[in-house]
Amino acid sequence: MEILGISVLWTFLFGYVILGSIDFGAGFFNAYSIFTGKERVLSKIIQRYLSPVWEVTNVFFVFFFVGIVGFFPQSAFYFGTILLVPGSIALILMAIRGSYYAFESYGTKGHKGYAFMYGLAGLLIPASLSVVLAIAQGGFVEIVEGSPVLDYFALFTSPLSWSIVVLALVAVLYISAVFLTWYADKAKDADARDLMRKYALFWAVPLIVAASGIIIELYSHNRALFDGIMNLWYMFAISFVLWALTVWFIWKRRNYTTAVWLLIGQFAFAFYGYGIAHYPYLLYPHLSIYEGFTNQAMAISLVVVFVLGLALLIPSLYLLVRLFLFDKDYIQGNKE
Amino acid sequence: MIFDDPVFASRMLTLLTLSVHILYATVGVGIPLMIIIAQWIGIKKNDNHYILMARRWARGFVITVAVGVVTGTIIGLQLSLLWPNFMELAGNIIALPLFMEVFAFFFEAIFLGIYLYTWDRFENQKKHFLLLIPVALGAGMSAYFITVVNGFMNAPQGFDIVDGTLVNANPVLAMFNLAAPTKVAHVLATAYMTSAFILATIAAFCLIRGSKQAYHKKALHMTMKIGLIFSIAAALIGDFSGKYLAEYQPEKLAAAEWHFETERGAPLVMYGVLDEETQEVKYGIKIPYALSILAFGSPNAEVIGLNEFPVEEQPPLEVHYYFDIMVTIGSFMIVVALLYWFGMRQGYSFVTSKWFRWIIVLGGPLSMLAIEAGWWLAEFGRQPWILRGIMTVDQAATSSDYVGHMFVLFAILYAILMIGTLVILRKIFANNPVEKELAKLDAEKGGGQTWKS
Ligand code: HDD
Ligand code: HEM
Ligand code: HEM
Repeated sequence: MEILGISVLWTFLFGYVILGSIDFGAGFFNAYSIFTGKERVLSKIIQRYLSPVWEVTNVFFVFFFVGIVGFFPQSAFYFGTILLVPGSIALILMAIRGSYYAFESYGTKGHKGYAFMYGLAGLLIPASLSVVLAIAQGGFVEIVEGSPVLDYFALFTSPLSWSIVVLALVAVLYISAVFLTWYADKAKDADARDLMRKYALFWAVPLIVAASGIIIELYSHNRALFDGIMNLWYMFAISFVLWALTVWFIWKRRNYTTAVWLLIGQFAFAFYGYGIAHYPYLLYPHLSIYEGFTNQAMAISLVVVFVLGLALLIPSLYLLVRLFLFDKDYIQGNKE
Repeated sequence: MIFDDPVFASRMLTLLTLSVHILYATVGVGIPLMIIIAQWIGIKKNDNHYILMARRWARGFVITVAVGVVTGTIIGLQLSLLWPNFMELAGNIIALPLFMEVFAFFFEAIFLGIYLYTWDRFENQKKHFLLLIPVALGAGMSAYFITVVNGFMNAPQGFDIVDGTLVNANPVLAMFNLAAPTKVAHVLATAYMTSAFILATIAAFCLIRGSKQAYHKKALHMTMKIGLIFSIAAALIGDFSGKYLAEYQPEKLAAAEWHFETERGAPLVMYGVLDEETQEVKYGIKIPYALSILAFGSPNAEVIGLNEFPVEEQPPLEVHYYFDIMVTIGSFMIVVALLYWFGMRQGYSFVTSKWFRWIIVLGGPLSMLAIEAGWWLAEFGRQPWILRGIMTVDQAATSSDYVGHMFVLFAILYAILMIGTLVILRKIFANNPVEKELAKLDAEKGGGQTWKS
């Protein structure tokens, strides 16, 4: 039951990571292209694809934090207490982005300052959220008089937390560049496609460097987690192969659709691999999924609701995806 | 700083966030229903005015939804950040409706995205109209689930505490707590009422500004009628809420009414100033027997007074004013809507006069104020408990030191969001006058002729 619960949550987090990255990265590239004079190559795509979908992206995130309180109530106590500051900052940044969709699509078209904030927030959100991963793998939290206290100094001077932040940023840019290459290709927007392809290739190598960097850092920071990862070396190896194939296709300018799927596969293997290596801890070493788990009755009812909920959602999501992702006319702008 | 105490700071930050969120949430629950009604009438009567109403409202709705989602995400996460001990306990029992709420949002978000971006993609307008139903349902369901959670905080049930640990948790029983039925019904009715009056405010304002459009008259007429129905419903259900309180949370009712001694045939006190020493009310309006009627439906029923409760468990007495504000506005709006309806039927001229329209303009903001007052009554009236009878606010709050700083940051953010909403809404509608849009819509419908000429 515990494992089922955490798997569901991890899956939703993965969904958020992918969808969120596309969204965050697009914002950054948009701002970047405005400031380097490649005016508005991307803003059309942002309006066509992201505007109808961002609310759904956001729900993935809400789902994760509501779900974790449901399945693991103790995590509310630990993480709630520690994360006040990073959590609040992430919230404020998300508010900036959310309001961008509302305000920018109608208001003063192309306010540069706002586009800049929107792009910047898109980078800072993954940075502040990824800090949570750094905290969760242990070493920065002490229990003082029964309450957990975060050691900010240790956190901000640790090379490990910085490499996680860097990885998060690079991953965001890479995921989003690959996705947008595909989307622009479908939209028959050659300029945007070539631009995005360039970005995708540019960020591919730093991604692998950052990821390997973290594993090396872990060796000295958290040996248990490092060993866990080594035991799952094949998952990370598969992930690496998928990465190489993605880059190959993009380089060769073909099979963009396959490239996107490979990309998702690559991150899935790495993400689940990391998750399994982290098992069974939610907050190393204070809280494991077994201690923190909710009561039987709640667990069962949550799972029942989850299954019913999915039955409702999957058809609706399918409709959404068909209308905005796979409808050629819409993507190309032939339909309003 | 004044926010040195994390408990106080957490309370103020929660107060701030919720007071902002509830404005957007209320509109988010209510407006889809108004759009449905307008679009339905438009399709049935084949009247472009109503279709355009639906379109324009939907366009404004995007903005409020986006900000509603933003503030909602904030409050959702903030509950864990500010009240970790509460969420740990509550997570064990009441996580179920919270979890269901997420699905309701999901559902709403998906269909809203589709609805908003597909105005012209369906040949058949009716199909597009159908997309709205899940939106309204999803919004209503999320209001339902979240209010159930709030009901649980007022009337916790579905578990036992043995030696400080929680046993026998029954999430389904917790969901069907005693506070939920009246609360949910009142919240929904007031959300529909408020949304109707807000739209009436806009219509009346445009009419005052000299727009002679039949469009605005139709909009005003429709929203005032809906507002009338729901304001009466709100008052009736509010009366039930009072009866619920008298039975299960007598201290909240007693504090709201400044009712100190248990007695039969209790009078209802409106307004006034309290002398806390002598517990005497000056300048108030006393309505004999009314409190007994509100509480139990009979003039001679016995109503429990506040002095029956230990001092440290008494809610703050200023909730009395929140109650007064809410009830006054509720009654006032019923009168206004009745006058409008009756006056229109009889063709009285005052209904179309400027001063009466100004009163209608006030209706929207006043209803919003009533919503805030109602929640302040409900939440302050639960003090000092966060989970009535089980956990106090002091025990629930975070021990982190930086809540005060966060309060400042969020206050700035909300100021920007609220001002931004108003500015953008004004811009959208000012840049797209009704006349122009109507002409366009008629042209599309009327085929090529208008086009050529
Ligand atoms: C437009 C808004 C509005 C209006 C006109 C009214 N109310 Fe209300 N009231 C609310 C908006 C509201 C609310 C915001 O929806 C509350 C806050 C918490 C809740 O459950 O509903 C509420 C709570 C609330 C409570 C407390 C319930 C609790 O704490 O459990 C009572 C006793 C009443 N109302 C009674 C009334 C009466 C007798 C009204 C007569 C006109 C009335 N309300 C009009
Ligand atoms: C399910 C819904 C709700 C939950 C779970 C909830 C939760 C809380 C919590 C945890 C607190 C802090 C403890 C306290 O001071 O009592 C609080 C306070 C407060 N909430 Fe609610 N709330 C809900 C709905 C609302 C809404 C919609 C409003 C609208 C304005 C609101 C208004 C307030 C106010 C004004 C306070 C401050 C009361 C005080 O500090 O004494 N609440 N709420
Ligand atoms: C403590 C109380 C509350 C919490 C934790 C909360 C949480 C949330 C969250 C997380 C969202 C964003 C969902 C998304 O990403 O799509 C949201 C939006 C929303 N909330 Fe709240 N909410 C609370 C109180 C309320 C109340 C009392 C109502 C209704 C009366 C309400 C109605 C809505 C609606 C309709 C939306 C959708 C956005 C919109 O249409 O404006 N919420 N809320």
